Amino acid sequence: MGRGVTGLAPACLRASQLELFSPGAPGWPFGDFHALPGRRLCGRPLQIRQVARPGAGPEAAEGRGAGLSSLIMDPECSQLLPALCSVLADPRQPVTDDTCLEKLLDWFKTITEAGSSLLLLQENPCLLGLLCHVLKPQDLSPRVLAFSLRLAGMLAAQEDCFQYLQQGELLPRLFGEAGPLGGAAWTAPSVRSGWIQGLRSLAHHPSALCFLADCGAVDTIFSLQGDSSLFVASAAGQLLVHVLGLSLQGPAEGHPGLQTGDWPVCAQKIVSHIEESLRSAATPQITQALNVLTTTFGHCHNPWTQVLWVRLSPLVARLLEKDPVPAAHSLVDLLLSVARSPVLSSSSCGLWETLAQTLSHLSPTQAGPLALGILKLQECPQALRAQAFAVLLQPLTCVLEATAQAPGLLDSWDGTGGASVTVDTLLASKAACVGLLCRTLAHLELLQPLPQRPSPWPQAPLLGATVTILRLCSGSATPTSDAGGHLCAFLVGCVRVQRAALDFLGTLSRGTGPRELVTQVFAVLLEYLTSPDSSPTVLKKAFQATFRWLQSSPETPGCSDLDPHAQLFLRELLPVLPKRLCSPCWEVRDSGLEFLTQMIGRWGGQAGFRRALLASEVPELTEQLLRDPESYVRASAVAAMGQLSSQGLRVTPASPEHPGGQQKSLLAELLHILSTDSEGFPRRAVMHVFTQWLRDGHADVAADTERFVARVLQVASQDLDWEVRAQGLELALVFLEQTLGRPSSHCPYAVTPPVAAPPGPLAQALRPLCRVQLFEFAFRALFDCDRPVAQKSCDLLLFLRAQTASYSGPQGSGSVPEVASVEAALQRWQAGDQGQPLGYLEPEVVVAVLRSMDLEGLRGALAESSDRVEKSPQSLLQDMLATVGALGEDEADCY
Amino acid sequence: MLDCGLDMTSTLNFLPLPLVQSPRLSNLPGWSLKDGNAFLDKELKECSGHVFVDSVPEFCLPETELIDLSTVDVILISNYHCMMALPYITEHTGFTGTVYATEPTVQIGRLLMEELVNFIERVPKAQSASLWKNKDIQRLLPSPLKDAVEVSTWRRCYTMQEVNSALSKIQLVGYSQKIELFGAVQVTPLSSGYALGSSNWIIQSHYEKVSYVSGSSLLTTHPQPMDQASLKNSDVLVLTGLTQIPTANPDGMVGEFCSNLALTVRNGGNVLVPCYPSGVIYDLLECLYQYIDSAGLSNIPFYFISPVANSSLEFSQIFAEWLCHNKQTKVYLPEPPFPHAELIQTNKLKHYPSLHGDFSSDFRQPCVVFTGHPSLRFGDVVHFMELWGKSSLNTVIFTEPDFSYLEALAPYQPLAMKCIYCPIDTRLNFIQVSKLLKEVQPLHVVCPEQYTQPPPAQSHRMDLMIDCQPPAMSYRRAEVLALPFKRRYEKIEIMPELADSLVPMEIKPGISLATVSAVLHTKDNKHVLQPPPRPTQPTGGKKRKRASDDIPDCKVLKPLLSGSIPVEQFVQALEKHGFSDVKVEDTAKGHIVLLQEAETLIQIEEDSTHIICDNDEMLRVRLRDLVLKFLQKF
Repeated sequence: MGRGVTGLAPACLRASQLELFSPGAPGWPFGDFHALPGRRLCGRPLQIRQVARPGAGPEAAEGRGAGLSSLIMDPECSQLLPALCSVLADPRQPVTDDTCLEKLLDWFKTITEAGSSLLLLQENPCLLGLLCHVLKPQDLSPRVLAFSLRLAGMLAAQEDCFQYLQQGELLPRLFGEAGPLGGAAWTAPSVRSGWIQGLRSLAHHPSALCFLADCGAVDTIFSLQGDSSLFVASAAGQLLVHVLGLSLQGPAEGHPGLQTGDWPVCAQKIVSHIEESLRSAATPQITQALNVLTTTFGHCHNPWTQVLWVRLSPLVARLLEKDPVPAAHSLVDLLLSVARSPVLSSSSCGLWETLAQTLSHLSPTQAGPLALGILKLQECPQALRAQAFAVLLQPLTCVLEATAQAPGLLDSWDGTGGASVTVDTLLASKAACVGLLCRTLAHLELLQPLPQRPSPWPQAPLLGATVTILRLCSGSATPTSDAGGHLCAFLVGCVRVQRAALDFLGTLSRGTGPRELVTQVFAVLLEYLTSPDSSPTVLKKAFQATFRWLQSSPETPGCSDLDPHAQLFLRELLPVLPKRLCSPCWEVRDSGLEFLTQMIGRWGGQAGFRRALLASEVPELTEQLLRDPESYVRASAVAAMGQLSSQGLRVTPASPEHPGGQQKSLLAELLHILSTDSEGFPRRAVMHVFTQWLRDGHADVAADTERFVARVLQVASQDLDWEVRAQGLELALVFLEQTLGRPSSHCPYAVTPPVAAPPGPLAQALRPLCRVQLFEFAFRALFDCDRPVAQKSCDLLLFLRAQTASYSGPQGSGSVPEVASVEAALQRWQAGDQGQPLGYLEPEVVVAVLRSMDLEGLRGALAESSDRVEKSPQSLLQDMLATVGALGEDEADCY
Repeated sequence: MLDCGLDMTSTLNFLPLPLVQSPRLSNLPGWSLKDGNAFLDKELKECSGHVFVDSVPEFCLPETELIDLSTVDVILISNYHCMMALPYITEHTGFTGTVYATEPTVQIGRLLMEELVNFIERVPKAQSASLWKNKDIQRLLPSPLKDAVEVSTWRRCYTMQEVNSALSKIQLVGYSQKIELFGAVQVTPLSSGYALGSSNWIIQSHYEKVSYVSGSSLLTTHPQPMDQASLKNSDVLVLTGLTQIPTANPDGMVGEFCSNLALTVRNGGNVLVPCYPSGVIYDLLECLYQYIDSAGLSNIPFYFISPVANSSLEFSQIFAEWLCHNKQTKVYLPEPPFPHAELIQTNKLKHYPSLHGDFSSDFRQPCVVFTGHPSLRFGDVVHFMELWGKSSLNTVIFTEPDFSYLEALAPYQPLAMKCIYCPIDTRLNFIQVSKLLKEVQPLHVVCPEQYTQPPPAQSHRMDLMIDCQPPAMSYRRAEVLALPFKRRYEKIEIMPELADSLVPMEIKPGISLATVSAVLHTKDNKHVLQPPPRPTQPTGGKKRKRASDDIPDCKVLKPLLSGSIPVEQFVQALEKHGFSDVKVEDTAKGHIVLLQEAETLIQIEEDSTHIICDNDEMLRVRLRDLVLKFLQKF
């Protein structure tokens, strides 16, 4: 939506108000703000305009005309605001909490975005007073000064308000050299940041550009790019981009052929500064210029960006002639930003040549991110893609060559001739070697799943290289060359490379590979899973990669079982697993159990896997881990046991501790955990298992489902962990669905239109729900102090009410007193007194209570955030005033 | 002498000493030569293709050929494993010096020796084999007997009497204590972090410093952490006692140990851990203390069987000042520093001096037994190997790195029980050494040759060798190495009254000189400048001088000269004094002034001036006086 001038009554009204409070007029509250009637600012006559905010629309403008100010700032806030401004302006009452000021600014931002800033100023003259006050030489806190600068910028974002503030020369005094810029307060980074953010807000209209030029702000922004505070420096760069964009919004738009010489002065100044910085010998200046350009091309895709790039690209290319290339990371970011820009990438401005040149000039470590970025581009010349891919593959080629292996397809991608540089980097130091390999592996991992990845994808050589790296890391590779020996010395025991290589190996499981290589993959995975030196994190990655490779193994035709090779591997793997489940390191036990759970979930029904698993000690050990001292392990053991039991893989051995003893049923054991475990994770895991069991019709549950559900809900309702209670509702919903039938909608909580159901069967169907006391559980949850539980319960009851909408049972026939007593009990529950149970409820009573409850209203209330009262602007103002004791009622507290 | 360890791997060539008669071992066939000659069959027995000496085990002693040990003045002990040969040296070589070691080293060393003596003496063996040691016969034997070195020097174990006598020669020292050795050097033990009381040693003079780093650890285990800072600024760092298993990470091995132990016991099997009675066992018990509950092993009994088990467990609790910080803190709570006290209290860990007695009645299976000796050649472990070796349910877990587990198991073959090798060696690995050397920065490193190249079996592992600059100086067996530094300075003390009499003259800002006339008194490598004796007074009486006053008479003091002679001015001065034919020649060290007519040479060098003239004393004196005019006197 464009900007426009609305007229009519609202504008007239505001004009009259402005007159009332215009500078110098009797209503103007501050004497030092001198009016200069009729003064021309930046060659433009002062106009009072109503600028419609984007998204506001004519209705909004009308709304404002009919007393918008009262809508956007309530009278209570207006009353509190003067006191707050006094507090802020008083150096003796320092505001210690930055977040309050941030919230205050957020609030003002909401107000100014919704309505007229000018009106806000006029209705709240204290704001203007504050802005004028901070200019006085005094010992004001940097916080308040920064706040005022930001507020001023925010207000001046609307051109009419800008003009209004300009009349009293308030803005030059705030943002010009006479303001904080030259004062002692400028040493505070927060003030410099506030100054930048204020200008960033302010720069939204052409008048602002003139203002920036007049007050010399652009030069200050240039200098702030090198500020000691990174936040300030970054914000200065972004402001420069914003100003450049703003200055070129009008003239250069739609004229791609326009020369920069014709650009506005402000834009020319910025471009000249960038050019100067790019020519500089100082790397920080070059970095600043590159960062500004990166942001510009990243955010703005107007035709003028092409003009800019055409002018600056020779300077950028000249950076490549230096050795080493300065600010290489920023240069890569810039080039990728240009390449991603639809305006620039489609033009013939030598971009691809520059990219190719950069790839060959940068060191392997620096070139990696550029190569990845190029390969991710949707449109890119094939030759450049090949070059980029060769750069990415180069370290792996070196690894294969160093271990006297044929690089295979990898060398066919190598067109750069940069092998020696890569070898030098790999062998320079351990840190360089590890860094380059980790980055390379991570880049290739990101690239592998992309549709635009290079084709043909060298799956086999990549597998070979990754396996070799893993072997070098474990010390099992036998390099024959000196380079290989050095690589081995650098990589042995290096956890970082191991993790990166295992991650990539897992990703490579999406493709296929020659049988002998897949065998090597399984061998190296087994080596890692077996090795006592594998760190817990490496082991976890090894488990993950193993699962992915097993998943990708071809299934035996006909029986969907693991293929013979994978089964062979499994036979070797399963003896390792018990050792891992007995590890003194809980992370290892946990990873082992997670892996086991995944395996059972995937192959639990297949004969080969079942045989191998049952022949091992794994099921028995898993059960023992239900009593592990570490709660995470117990939780994983619960999940694994749930899976084992579901698949009928639970064994009943005679343990050494209980030889010949009667084994407790798993259901009882899990119920015991749910009732007694001191940690939440195992209890949550039990609830998940129970829900799954109920869903799947597990034999132990099916034997007496009602008893099971009743028992679980009873225990869950008393749990202190809200996630357990919420999971209880999930279980209740499954039971409800099984009892009443699955809802037709995809969403289980969607209120479905009433389905005609005969009264008799519905009452009968509700009876099991009543017997398991599902309603008592759900009603209790409805008033739960944790909102997610209450919301879930509300949804469940709404669903239930919809299901029973057609029920036309014996309403009111003798059950009225019972309904009333239930309602009374629920009211007490809502008030916090949940001591008294509801007891057994008849279906008719439940239906009646459900109908009488305002569940929709409750859902609406629950949907609002719980701190909605505390978050109100009024509350914020009160809090801020209370903090400094400015509210009368708190005065006594001072003593 | 730095350390005196005992090579006990020689015992692997012997048959085990069973506590009770073992029919299996007794019935092993004798070994005969290829030609059927069976004259050695009483001494050598064959078991599963390996040949063993059927005799009391013998030990390989330290090198005695190279040096006469009676001339050794001092032995510095690093840790209790490095003193096991002490009785052989102190009791049989004429050694009369002093041995320095920390208190825990001595106490635990005593326990190790006591256990060793006990293990061997309690199963006396009548037979003593010596025929096989004959060099001509040894050549005919199969490996490894054929390749055993210096077998003639192998000796039986010492006696308790010898142990006591040897230990009585030890002088106890504390960490950072400075001990003067004959005034020549000062030695200081520093914590090495490896074992209770283990030490590295600093040997320093006033201007040189040599560090001896042996058996050190940077891991956080029970001993006091390694003192690295004091090793800085060493001229030479002698490095030895690195981990024997550089590829085995102790943490991983402990994990492996626990997992295998739990798996065996859960399946109803027993676990046998051959170990020393002190050291890693403390850490293992601590790990198990934390682990057994999580692994559901609370009801499994742990037995520690050793003649010194009780002493070892109790000693560990009383050496608080030698423990790591955490354990020291516990002592002040007060709590026992090691958790094995609680294991004992709760009856989870029981200890016995031997299999006999209480153990037999308490013994319950499945169980875990810690017992010695790790070589599996003597001690209670032999009995358990015989007892449990036949069942595949049982497991023997090797944790001590000193012996090859395959060689240790050789006389027990065929063996059904599972064997797990989890060597736990907490000593420095090569990565830690690199870091240590970077931190400490010695000028030179001296180490055994083996540390400067990758292990032969893993020649590609460049990471398994010392990598430092300048490259380490290596030595091999019986090699004599000159340490790369010279003693150039000695510190001399000056007596206060002599110092009082000095009159310094400032010759440069901040530098003053004074002439000193004194008597240098040297005793026990200490040098002291004493005031010179007063000029002899004419004795009035007829009293004879006492011997102690018999100090040489002091000559009349001549002034000291300083400065340099400006040649040109000197030549001018000569000409002025009538020498007309003066020639000057430049030499490498200075100048020669030639007076041709007088046939006289004046050699002027940086630190000397010679006047060479032919028997013309007058001329010499003239020239001398001319020279002296250009020099300062004081």
